[in-house]
Amino acid sequence: MSSPNPWSQHMPSAKPWPIGSILLVLFALSGLFTAYYTIPAESTGVLLRFGRHLHNVPAGLHFKLPFGIDEVIKVPTERQLKLEFGIKRTAESITNPDQLGADPLKERSMVTGDLNAALVEWVVQYRITEPEIYLFEVRDPGLTLRDLSESVMREIIGDRTVDEIITIGRQEIEDTNLTRLRELANRYHLGVMVNQVQLKNVDPPVPVQPSFNEVNRAQQDRENAINLANGEYNKAVPRARGEADQAIRGAEGYRFKRINEASGDVAAFNAVLTEYLKAPEVTRTRIYLETLGEVLPGAKQSIVVDESVQQILPMLPLPSSLTGAAK
Amino acid sequence: MKNRFLSIAGAVALGLILLLSLFTVRQTEQVIITQFGRPIGDPITEPGLHFKLPFVQQVNLIDKRYLAWDGPMVEMSTKDKTYIQVDTFARWRITDPMQYFLRLRDERSAQSRLEDILGSETRTAVARHELIEVVRTDKLRKPLQDESTALLAGVGALGVLRPIQHGRTEIEKNIFEAAAPKLAEFGIELLDIRIKRLNYNPEVLERIYQRMISERLQIAQRFRSEGEGEAARIHGNKDRDINEIESTAYKRVQEIRGEADAKATEIYAGAYNQNSQSADFYRFTKSMDTYRKIIGGEATVVLSTNSDLFSLLKRIEPKGR
Repeated sequence: MSSPNPWSQHMPSAKPWPIGSILLVLFALSGLFTAYYTIPAESTGVLLRFGRHLHNVPAGLHFKLPFGIDEVIKVPTERQLKLEFGIKRTAESITNPDQLGADPLKERSMVTGDLNAALVEWVVQYRITEPEIYLFEVRDPGLTLRDLSESVMREIIGDRTVDEIITIGRQEIEDTNLTRLRELANRYHLGVMVNQVQLKNVDPPVPVQPSFNEVNRAQQDRENAINLANGEYNKAVPRARGEADQAIRGAEGYRFKRINEASGDVAAFNAVLTEYLKAPEVTRTRIYLETLGEVLPGAKQSIVVDESVQQILPMLPLPSSLTGAAK
Repeated sequence: MKNRFLSIAGAVALGLILLLSLFTVRQTEQVIITQFGRPIGDPITEPGLHFKLPFVQQVNLIDKRYLAWDGPMVEMSTKDKTYIQVDTFARWRITDPMQYFLRLRDERSAQSRLEDILGSETRTAVARHELIEVVRTDKLRKPLQDESTALLAGVGALGVLRPIQHGRTEIEKNIFEAAAPKLAEFGIELLDIRIKRLNYNPEVLERIYQRMISERLQIAQRFRSEGEGEAARIHGNKDRDINEIESTAYKRVQEIRGEADAKATEIYAGAYNQNSQSADFYRFTKSMDTYRKIIGGEATVVLSTNSDLFSLLKRIEPKGR
């Protein structure tokens, strides 16, 4: 009857080890092994004696009463915990329990205050601040926070128009949600501090999305039409303005020219007039003769007719017969 | 030897009995001791080490924490006959463990009772209100607006929150107030009941989508038409401005030129009209200038011997002088 247990083989040979002492040693050893524990840096320990909460212990190496009299629960109080809503994820990217909901598609579908539908995805960041409350006041505090967050988000979305949630209202929704969720976490004795509520994708329902895009396109088209028209305006009007100025400057130039020329002409006239008045007859004759002397050689023909001749016109069409009379 | 065996056996039996009569109550629990199924004494709510009679007495653990009730997604009708799916949740706590133990005994029957009471109160409350009352909460809230959402305000009911009288919080409060006394009879304190999810019935949803699409297309058309209208206005401005600029310039040019001509005329007239002599002299010199300009080229000049220039051709004395 050889047993595989080494103790049963030892016992007969080791007479000075009675069964009582061996049990005692085992007892002492197991006591030693269950009398210390370590709390990792990111956690706080909650110490229970016979199931009753004694106190909390900080991170580090600690001792306790053995044999299950004292029990320590480690709560990650320094870790940022995350709840995600409406976001589909693979199991690998989960960092803490309760992070994902059972049905993301149902979580994100909501009704807005103008009775439209919208898809909202969001994330809640929180930390366990009072581990004893977190552990002892509520069963499943993580799930409770999930339920509360969904309820609060729908309450807020229900008070907003679909355009508000998709465009301008995001920041305001996050802020309102954070305030209300903090209030509720307090009222529900969760022992957690909600640090952040972040909206992720906020979209109209999938079948409606193309028509929302169409609105964006139409908005762009409108801007485009206005820009093109403004372009044409800007191409034509400043140029017309410049040309108008040009015409006015030209007219002003004409005015200067006219007036200056007139003044010049008048000055010349006056100068000559002064001299003329000293000897009008002679000057007059001189100018007359000088002028004709200059002018007549320039003409094609000059005909001198006796003053008694009355009918000269009939002769004009025959200039060749009159060559003798030409100068 | 026999003595020693007896004493060891006695000690073991004593230890066993001690172990069986000792039990711990955890921080999250309370305990009701029953003897042959009948509760004995007050419930134990203090956590720690406690005693009972071994074998005859039994320990019944009852949770002390806030517990969850997560209602199923239930389809119900609102006052305006819209079918919606409502998902509620509640948190509750066993405050009177004896009552709870006597009436319900365990959590499973408690959950089913909660389901009965909260489910039916929710139905009643929802059926008494219109859909918008369940959706909205704050009756005073006005939607935020910027340029783009302000544009929507004119199109149908877009950008407008439908008005409400009561709101979701009040409906939740109604449910709470109706359910809480009923649950109190079971030793249960209701902390809160809230609507978690609320959705259109899938058939209604299809119609909602159609409406949303037609609303959006309406907005799109409005944007396009606004763009074309604005472009036409700018074209009109362009034509008007150009005409205004050109005609104003024309007017100015004519004014300036007229003014210049007038001024020149005035200057000439002033000089030539000083007296009869100057006028005479002007006529004479101007005539001379004019001859210079018009005689030449193809012109044929016919002069009479009666003229001043050629009068000497006929006689030596100037005529009439």
